Amino acid sequence: MYKIEDFDKELLTEMLKKMILIRRFEEKTAQMYGLRKIGGFLHLYIGEEAVAVGAISRLDLKKDYIFTTYRDHGHALAAGLEPKELMAELFGKITGCSKGKGGSMHFFDDKLNFMGGNGIVGAHIPLAAGAALKIKYLEEDGAVLCFFGDGAIHQGSFHEALNLSKIWNLPVVYICENNQYGMGTDFKRVSSVEDFSVMANSYGMYGEQVNGMDVTEVYSAVGKALEKAKSGIPVLLEAKTYRYKGHSASDPAKYRTKEELENYQNQDPILILKNKMTEKNILTEEEYIKYDENAKKTVEEAVKFAEESPEPDLNELYTDIFI
Amino acid sequence: MPKITIREALKQAMDEEMDRDNNILLMGEEVAKYNGAYKVSQGMLEKFGDKRVRDTPITEEGFAGIGIGAAMAGLRPIVEFMTFNFAIQAMDQIINNAAKMLYMSGGKFKVPIVFRGPNGPAEYLSSQHSQAAQTFFAHVPGLKVVAPSTPRDAKGLLKTAIRDDNPVIFLESELMYSWEGDVEEGEILIPFGEANILKEGSDVTLISYSKPMKILIQAAGELQNIGINAEVIDLRSIRPLDEKTVYESVKKTNRVVIIDESWPFVSVASYLGWLISKNCFDYLDAPAEIVTSEDTPMPYNHRLEIFAQPSVEKIIDAVKKVMYL
Repeated sequence: MYKIEDFDKELLTEMLKKMILIRRFEEKTAQMYGLRKIGGFLHLYIGEEAVAVGAISRLDLKKDYIFTTYRDHGHALAAGLEPKELMAELFGKITGCSKGKGGSMHFFDDKLNFMGGNGIVGAHIPLAAGAALKIKYLEEDGAVLCFFGDGAIHQGSFHEALNLSKIWNLPVVYICENNQYGMGTDFKRVSSVEDFSVMANSYGMYGEQVNGMDVTEVYSAVGKALEKAKSGIPVLLEAKTYRYKGHSASDPAKYRTKEELENYQNQDPILILKNKMTEKNILTEEEYIKYDENAKKTVEEAVKFAEESPEPDLNELYTDIFI
Repeated sequence: MPKITIREALKQAMDEEMDRDNNILLMGEEVAKYNGAYKVSQGMLEKFGDKRVRDTPITEEGFAGIGIGAAMAGLRPIVEFMTFNFAIQAMDQIINNAAKMLYMSGGKFKVPIVFRGPNGPAEYLSSQHSQAAQTFFAHVPGLKVVAPSTPRDAKGLLKTAIRDDNPVIFLESELMYSWEGDVEEGEILIPFGEANILKEGSDVTLISYSKPMKILIQAAGELQNIGINAEVIDLRSIRPLDEKTVYESVKKTNRVVIIDESWPFVSVASYLGWLISKNCFDYLDAPAEIVTSEDTPMPYNHRLEIFAQPSVEKIIDAVKKVMYL
């Protein structure tokens, strides 16, 4: 287990900035959704920032790959996709990362091996194994991170992909972001086990639970997991986390108590890292405020860019169906 | 010119393409050690090794998805379904991921993959193993759907499918694997979207694809005997569809019968019938007729299962109808 002392200031600062950016970006998207600038489903990542940032900070996106779910804003920002292009995508503009054809659930970037944003629960899990097969087939050095929620872990696609990953010894790390609720359903009501990491045992893989509210713990666990995966043992991590908002922007989340939410907000992932860094004397309040202001500015610029960008031409309806 | 079976033609196509491009691999149930459930991949494991010819567990959704993910990342997989009846297990992967990835990503991620295997009824297999699944796939924008009826087309279309940067549904037939035909040696690439006129005629146009082509030829022969000169068109690819060849023929013969192994309701036949009635309305001397499988699940009983499918007799009856005979 890593201690905070094992991390250098630069890495921690980078991770802190990314988590703040995700938080501010998501708050702004909620606001824009309220103003009807953004339509459809909007699944916010607030509260879960440490998982994407801790895990993705481990990657080299020249050779590693990311697959994720419809709750993909946090992963995209953590991977370094441009906030402007993401906001423009949410606004449905041609300058968006998917030309306004994907929306909130389908962020993509081929330069950063960001393989989407998938809208069907669990459907991307075999895809992640497929990218891992390519790495192994071409004898490359990379690995794949596949994020999904507690709702997806019971899908057949998850179990089929795990079995295939193990029999082919694919370099893939599956990260179940257990945010406790599959839409409105407490995961305990629909799960045969409460510790999802044990599911790895069924497939002869390595499994581990990790505190998804602490970015340093995620970073450490994913580092170890990537090494195992590259050695031919795929890994299942269960990151225990919590989403502060409803399943999507239209969900008032009445299925849980205010106390439960407050309890998690007291162990906020940004707060945890901020306190650790402050204690270690590598972060001042002034610096923190500056990072936060910078994030807000970035998000404001993203909104301006999205607002001013043109809509796709009507002809775009017919492009990108076939290559 | 060498005479080979469709089975051998398909193998030659995969073999030649895998020789040409190391990024092509074959995966599916029983494709490697067993040499293919229908022996299409006979000898390929031995030649290419288990890295490029991979047996999978019986998890269609899982291995279809792995193929799609590998294609997104740069490989060019050929995924064999033991039959397209089992591809229904993988429908989510094919429709939601393979067909839509290029679109949803704004053109960023292509999916060069071939899903191939036998489709349509064989014999004595009852309802779950006898489906003609083309309609399911042809409905979806983003998928190409091809269905050869001869060894030469099988080879030339499969090679084109493997080189295509889009997902291609390649429909074969269990009963067709042993059909023989002339196939010249060397490179054969048949472009998609080009129908083949198997027999020229002047009185009525018969259109189909895949296995029913055999009964179209028989029907055309019997019609000749009663003085009706039928033109016979093999569509070869359903998406893209060669509308031009169809319209030119119908404008010449003024009468058309479309034969389709799938069910009639919203089928390739019914859609093509509408296209023709829209685009050749002034040329038609009778409404377009369709001959499809009966609108029922497939029974096991042989007499019933034969009765459920298109036949020479049904085609001739339909021709007589459009000729008011």
